[in-house]
Amino acid sequence: MLTVATGNKAVAAAVKQACPSVVAAYPITPQTEIVEQIAEYVTSGELKSQYIPVESEHSAMAACIGAGVTGVRTFTATSSHGLHYMHEMVNWAAGARLPIVMANVNRALGPGWNIWAEHTDAFQERDTGWLQVYVASVQEAYDATLMAFRIAEHESVLLPVMVNLDGFLLSHSMQPLQSVDIGDFIPPIHLPHAIDISDPTSYGTLTGPNDYFRLRWDIERSMRDSVPVIRETQEEFARRFGRKYDFVEEYRCDDAEVVVIAMGTLGKEAEVAVDLLRREGLKAGSMRIRWLRPFPRIDLSGKEVVVIDRDYSFGFGGVIARSLAATEGVTPFSVIAGLGGQEVTYDDIAGFVRGRRPGEELWFGVNGHV
Amino acid sequence: MFEVRIHSRGGQGGVTAARLLALAAIRDGKYATACPFYGAERRGAAVVSYVRIDDRPIRVYSQIRHPDLVLVLDPSVMEVVDVLQGMKEGGRVLMNGSEPREMKGIPTFAVDLTGIALRERLVVAGSPILNTPVLGALAKMGIITMESAKMAIKEMFSDQRNVTAAEAAYAELIA
Amino acid sequence: MTEIPREEYILKCTSACAGCSDSLTLRYVLKAAGPETVLVVPACCTSVIQGIYPHTAMNIPVYNVAFAAAAACASGMSAAFQAAGKKANVIVYAGDGGTVDIGIQALSGAFERGTDFLYICYDNEAYGNTGMQRSGATPVGARTTTTPSGKIQVKKDLDGIVAAHNPPYMATACAAYPKDLFSKVQKALSIRGPKFIHVLAPCPPGWRFSSEKSVEMGKLAVRSGMWILYEREFGKVTINGPSKAAMIKPIPLEEYLEPQGRFKGISSEAVAMLRSQAERNAMRLKKEEEGIC
Repeated sequence: MLTVATGNKAVAAAVKQACPSVVAAYPITPQTEIVEQIAEYVTSGELKSQYIPVESEHSAMAACIGAGVTGVRTFTATSSHGLHYMHEMVNWAAGARLPIVMANVNRALGPGWNIWAEHTDAFQERDTGWLQVYVASVQEAYDATLMAFRIAEHESVLLPVMVNLDGFLLSHSMQPLQSVDIGDFIPPIHLPHAIDISDPTSYGTLTGPNDYFRLRWDIERSMRDSVPVIRETQEEFARRFGRKYDFVEEYRCDDAEVVVIAMGTLGKEAEVAVDLLRREGLKAGSMRIRWLRPFPRIDLSGKEVVVIDRDYSFGFGGVIARSLAATEGVTPFSVIAGLGGQEVTYDDIAGFVRGRRPGEELWFGVNGHV
Repeated sequence: MFEVRIHSRGGQGGVTAARLLALAAIRDGKYATACPFYGAERRGAAVVSYVRIDDRPIRVYSQIRHPDLVLVLDPSVMEVVDVLQGMKEGGRVLMNGSEPREMKGIPTFAVDLTGIALRERLVVAGSPILNTPVLGALAKMGIITMESAKMAIKEMFSDQRNVTAAEAAYAELIA
Repeated sequence: MTEIPREEYILKCTSACAGCSDSLTLRYVLKAAGPETVLVVPACCTSVIQGIYPHTAMNIPVYNVAFAAAAACASGMSAAFQAAGKKANVIVYAGDGGTVDIGIQALSGAFERGTDFLYICYDNEAYGNTGMQRSGATPVGARTTTTPSGKIQVKKDLDGIVAAHNPPYMATACAAYPKDLFSKVQKALSIRGPKFIHVLAPCPPGWRFSSEKSVEMGKLAVRSGMWILYEREFGKVTINGPSKAAMIKPIPLEEYLEPQGRFKGISSEAVAMLRSQAERNAMRLKKEEEGIC
């Protein structure tokens, strides 16, 4: 059915169809609309979930963990400071191998107090063992949330999945939304290590170095195993519902001599910049990285690379630019742009490409500012 | 791509107007995005919302700098904001008011949305509802069809007076 | 006479210190709760006592969770059992640090939301698992590794905080009175909603008394009035027998303090503060029991 929705409402609509048994929720701008909408679904009876209005994000993730360990499906949503307040439990959820799905509406971290889009919040959770996907349209927010449950709960993954959408730019933008009848796309959850009163054991006990090390390797092995599961899930989604997704969304890259790489809504805006540059005669293309973890391999051989990071690792650089330099051996022109919701237009992006200086870093709008 | 910038004050329904317009365009079979610009504004502050309409999926998320249409729900914002900023050549203005004003030669349309809302008793918490009647005026200007305008209103609001008010705005638009 | 079942849910060979009243308390808690129980344990002595992976001394499911998270984790678990139509007692078993300090927010949230669970705080009045640092539950005058000359502040009134949430059932207990503890756990689990039991757990290495004296130390705490055994059931307070007796004829406070190394050299001012806090508690509970306040 074709409706319209904001990014937040699209996530909530997908959650309603995935029907988690327990939703733990705490409000934070710009995510609040997700938990408000779920509360409405639960109140109206459209969603038969236990809705736990927790007193903090730390408790939101703790409640999802407590519920998840009994073997039921769980969901929560957060943003920015909320994500970081639950950081300890974000680690715990992955270590406990619980397929929790969480929407994170990307927002900058204070101070200064800032409620607008930035990816640093979720990037700082990149080493926790969560899978992370970044979306760029209302439709994709819905589709990725549905797929997140199937991927997380897959027997060879059993890791939590974070669905990221840009604060306000996407969370509050209204676009067409084609909802689907999911049928059996998300199979019933089966958690092999769920608590069983008839077969008692202890979970998360004190663990010595050797066993701990092995458990860490198990997480990494599942992270690697998630690659074919994500691929298969995206292909199955395309077969059933007609919309195709990949690890990286490429635009006019086949014959491109220079590619601009970005994430989230900037990745879409970059396509418009590519069209502009092509009209000027520059063989440009764009790539929108969708999955941060597992981090995709991208063949960039023979291409110049411009990377736009809506994030920063102080003392190191733009996380995507540095990561691609490490994994693909490229020397990108690294542009830091859009932090704290900074306005970045397709004209600006085209300008980054025109003025590219491989190996250098540009802080958009502040260079020359001493 | 057709780009609309909506000027209003916080609480006047500018965001809802943008969403209604986008919904109506989608019901016309087009692609549309409604993007409110969220700042730290509270009720009463001058605010902006954006609507983009196109025949293909919309990939632009940045703010509209060169609007095809500027919609002014509250003319008092013109004292603090240059609503004509970046106006595209051939662009138009639609203003809430009883008659069009001279806007530096830019074609300006007017409709008394406040008057229509008060007449139809479309008042919530003391404020006249402007965002449903305005869809009638936008339909008259050919940006959306009246059929889709009504459909969009009915999808978002159950009170029939919203549709009646849109019909009145359609009839009463002054070029 | 209360029949205490012979079944054991905490098996022998735990890694508890000799004379540990935490494991003694847990033994009776689980006997009262029975096998249809899941225990949620945040960082505390119990998370070590229960055994090192892949071994466990516990014969019921135990979920270990981060320090601040126990009550919220139990909220999720309780809701999940409800969603799945399963019946199980969800019991948080947490130390004083995990309750009065880092866990107080989650505790308050779970009680405000009316989570159907039992929260047991076993209180050895310091961070025992990390080697006896002060906690909010450490009494005034007690030496810990972070209060080498004795704690300056008085013990936080945890029961007052919990009582402010008006839970349907709350009680205090002590491992030295196992039958009392047993029946309080049973009563708590028969009631729906958030329940709370605060158990004094004398700690031989932490309080610096010899290992065979744990039970005696608990009894001295009650007889001196430093620990008052009572229940508050739907708002109605009942002071239990041993504390009733102690209110009529208490033993001198010094009899409780002197055997404990942690109170060695305690100032007379600190003793006076301990005494007046104990007297205030007793007075308040007596008034509540009589329905005066």
